[in-house]
Amino acid sequence: MTGHSDHDHRHDDHAEIVESAKPGYYEMMEIAIRELLIERKMFGANEIRQQIEVLDSRTPALGAKIVARAWINPIFKARLLANGRAACEEFGISFYDDTQLIVLENTDKVHNLIVCTLCSCYPRPVLGLPPDWYKQKPYRARAVIEPRAVLAEFGTHISDDVDVRVSDSTAMVRYLVLPMRPRGTEEYSEDELAALVTRDTMIGVVPVTVNARS
Amino acid sequence: MALSNFDRPSASPQSRIVFATGEKPVFGEGDQVRILSRSPVGHYRVPQYLRGKQGVIETVIEPAAVNNEEEAYGRNAGARRHYYRVAIPMTEIWPDYAGSIRDGLHIEIYETWLERRRDDRTF
Repeated sequence: MTGHSDHDHRHDDHAEIVESAKPGYYEMMEIAIRELLIERKMFGANEIRQQIEVLDSRTPALGAKIVARAWINPIFKARLLANGRAACEEFGISFYDDTQLIVLENTDKVHNLIVCTLCSCYPRPVLGLPPDWYKQKPYRARAVIEPRAVLAEFGTHISDDVDVRVSDSTAMVRYLVLPMRPRGTEEYSEDELAALVTRDTMIGVVPVTVNARS
Repeated sequence: MALSNFDRPSASPQSRIVFATGEKPVFGEGDQVRILSRSPVGHYRVPQYLRGKQGVIETVIEPAAVNNEEEAYGRNAGARRHYYRVAIPMTEIWPDYAGSIRDGLHIEIYETWLERRRDDRTF
C-alpha cells in the first residue's frame, strides 16, 4: 500500500475501474467476429458466458488431486499413465474440448517439461488457464532449444544422468507432468499431498517440495 | 477332437474384414520416420523447426482424429487418421545442443506429415 497513510480510508478511495485505453487491433477484431457470429445465430451470448464459466471453474487444484491420487493408488496411476483423459473423467473431470491427455511421469531417470511452441496448448480441463510466461515467446522458443538452461532459471538443476524430455503440445494432445512424490511424505494424507502439488510442478518447471507452500 | 473354425475362439475372428483407408494406423511403435518438410499454405500444426527432422514413433495415439488442418477449411468431410507421438533426439534438431545426448523432443504428428525412413536410401 502506498500513499494511503495521510488520509482516512473510505469505501470510495480506490480508483474507479474504468476502461480508458482504446481497444487494440485484436480486441476489436475479437469483438467484431463475436458480434457477427451472434448476429448470424451461430451461437448465443449466453453460450460464450457459459464457456468462460467452464474455463474459470478449472484450476490447478484439480490436477493436484489427480497427482495425489496417483501417488497413493498404484492402480489408478497405471490407468492414468495408460489413458490420461479416461482416468481424469473417471475422477469426475470432464474434457469439454475434444483433446486427449497424456500423463508423463517424472522419475529419477527422466524429467519431463511441457511447452506449446505454436501458441498456448495446455491441459486446461485439469489445470485451467496457463500462466502468462507459458504463452510468451521466450519460454516457448527456449524450452525446446535449451530446456536445461530454462529449467535452471526456474531453480531446477537437472543432472546429466537424467534425461530431459520436452513435449511440444501443438495439435490435439495435451500433457500433464506427474511429478515425483517428495521424500518424507509417507505419512501424508491424500489431501495433504494434493496441497503440495502446485501448477508449475505439473508443467515440469519445478519439482514438488515439502516446503513449497508458505 | 479339433474344434471347427466356427467354434474355435480365434485370436482374430474378424480376420477377413477389410479396413477403410486411415482406419488402421500406418506406422507402429518403434518405426523410424521423417517429418515432411512441406510448406503448404494455411495454418499447420507442425512447427517449422521440426520439418524434415527424423525420429521414432513412440506411441500411436488413439482414437483416430479428424485432420483439423483440412477441417479448418471445410475440406475434410470427417475422414480420420492417426496422430503419433514422435520422439526426436535434441541433437537431431540442434547440432550444437547443450545437454545429454539422450535428451529428446516429443510431439504428436498427424499421419499425413510423416514418411517412413529408409536409411539405405542414396540420393
